[in-house]
Amino acid sequence: MGEAPVWSVVVLPALLGVGAFAAVAFDAALHVRAAGRPVSVSVIAPLRAVVRLLITQRRATTAADVVLWRTGVVLVPVLAVLAGLVLPLGGVAVADLAVGVVWFNAMEILAWAAVWMAGWGPNAALSLVGGYRFVAQGLAYELPHMFALITAATAAGTLRVGGIVEAQSGLWFVVWMPVAFVVYLLSAMAMAFWGPFDAPLGRDLAGGAAGELSGVDRLVFLGGRWLLLVVAVAMSVPLFLGGGSGPWLPGWVWTVLKTAAVLGVVVWFGRRFPTVRMERFAELAWVVLIPLTILQALVVALVVLIR
Amino acid sequence: MVTVALFWLFAVGALVSGFLVFWLDSMARVTFALLASFVFVAAEVILLGLAYLGVVIVLMMVMEMVIMVVFMIMYMMNPAGLMPMAMYHNKTGAMALSVGTFVALAAGIVLVDWPQRTGAPPPDPTFALGQALMGPHMLTMMTLGVALFATIVATVVLATHRGRYDRLGDDLRATRADDPVGGGIGR
Repeated sequence: MGEAPVWSVVVLPALLGVGAFAAVAFDAALHVRAAGRPVSVSVIAPLRAVVRLLITQRRATTAADVVLWRTGVVLVPVLAVLAGLVLPLGGVAVADLAVGVVWFNAMEILAWAAVWMAGWGPNAALSLVGGYRFVAQGLAYELPHMFALITAATAAGTLRVGGIVEAQSGLWFVVWMPVAFVVYLLSAMAMAFWGPFDAPLGRDLAGGAAGELSGVDRLVFLGGRWLLLVVAVAMSVPLFLGGGSGPWLPGWVWTVLKTAAVLGVVVWFGRRFPTVRMERFAELAWVVLIPLTILQALVVALVVLIR
Repeated sequence: MVTVALFWLFAVGALVSGFLVFWLDSMARVTFALLASFVFVAAEVILLGLAYLGVVIVLMMVMEMVIMVVFMIMYMMNPAGLMPMAMYHNKTGAMALSVGTFVALAAGIVLVDWPQRTGAPPPDPTFALGQALMGPHMLTMMTLGVALFATIVATVVLATHRGRYDRLGDDLRATRADDPVGGGIGR
C-alpha cells in the first residue's frame, strides 16, 4: 500500500462529503417511507436542508462563549477529515502513517472536546447537558473501542492501516474477531452520536448540544457529524472487512461497496432502535462490552502467539 | 529548514497557549488553552521522530482535559467566567516565579555544553519503546499499573456513601440491587 499524491488532500473531503450526502439521503428515504410518503422526494431532502440552513439566520445567545462555541462546531468536520487521512481507498491512502490506528483514534477523540465545547458555548442549560451526555457516552464507549482497534492491530502486528489490510489477504478479520467488529461498529455510532447513541442531541433536551445552533453553524456541526459517521464506518472496512480485496472488481470499488453496505446497515440501525439512556449504556459498556472485547483480544493474542 | 520553522511555530504556540492558561478568566477557556499547549508539545515530540508518543499525547490529553473541564467547572464557584476569576494567587510573586523558572530552564538549554550524540536512533522507535516497556521495564510498568488501579478503586470506595449492604440488603441476599439510578443490564 502506498500514499496518494498531494492533491488527494483535496479529494478526500469531497469523497467523504459524497458519502455523507448519500447517507443523509438514505436516512431521509427511510424517514419518508416510514411516514408513508413517496420515497422519491427524499433524494433532494438533504439539498433542501442545506439550502435552508444556509439562508437561516444565526442564533445568538446571552453571554455566550463564542470562541469555544465556534471552535467546537468547526472542529467536528475538521477532525472527521483528519481521521480520514489514514483511510485506504484501493491500496492508497492520503497518508499511510506508521501509527495510523493511533492517529485515527486520537483524531476521533477530538470529538469529545468539540461536542462539549459546542454544548458549553451558547450558555444554555439543555445544550450543556447534551455536552455532558456526550462525555459520559465517550467514557463508556472509548475503552471497548480501543480494545477493538487493538485487536485488529495485534492480529496484523502493525499499527499501519495498510499493514492491517495486507494481513487480511488470507482471511478477513471479521471472521475470527466478530466481537471486535460489532463493538467497533457500536462505538463508531456512539462516536458520531448517531442512532441509539444520539442522547447528546436528544429530543428530551430540545436538541441538546446542537439545540442552540442554527443557520450555518448547525450545517457545519450536523454535516460534520455525518462526515464523522462516514469516516468511522469506513474505517471498519480496512480494519475488519479486508479493505479493497474482492474478486473481479478493482480495489477501490470494493472499498466503496463495502463502506456503502456497512453505512446502510448503520443508518438503518440508527432509525430502527430507540435512543439508549446514558446510565444504561454506561453499565452495559463497563459490565458487558469491556470484558467481551478483552476476551476477544486475548483470543487473538493467543492465536498470534501460537502461529 | 521546514523542520526548524515548524519547531519554532509549535514552540511559540505551546508557550503562548501555556501563558493563556493564566491570562484567561474562564475555567472552560483555561482548560482548552492548556490542551492546546499540550497539543503543540505533542507536535514537537512528533518532530523529534517519535510519532507514536506524539499521537498518544494528543489522544490522552484530549481525554484528560475534557474530563478535567467537567470536574473543574463542577468545583468552581464561578465556572462560566461571567465574573472574572484568576488561576493564580499572589499575582506578582507567581509571575516572577514562573517567568524566572522558564528563563532559567531555557538559559540552561542554551548554555549547557551538550555532549555529542553517540549511537543512532532505532529504525522503528515505536517498536523499541514497546520492547523497552514490555522487556526491561516490565516490572516497573506492572507495579505502576496495579498502583494506579488500586488508587482508583480506593478513591471510589472512599468517595461513595453507598456500599454493597446498601445495595443488596444486610444479608446481601436481595435479588435486585437497590440503586438510585438503574443500570443497563437489569441487576
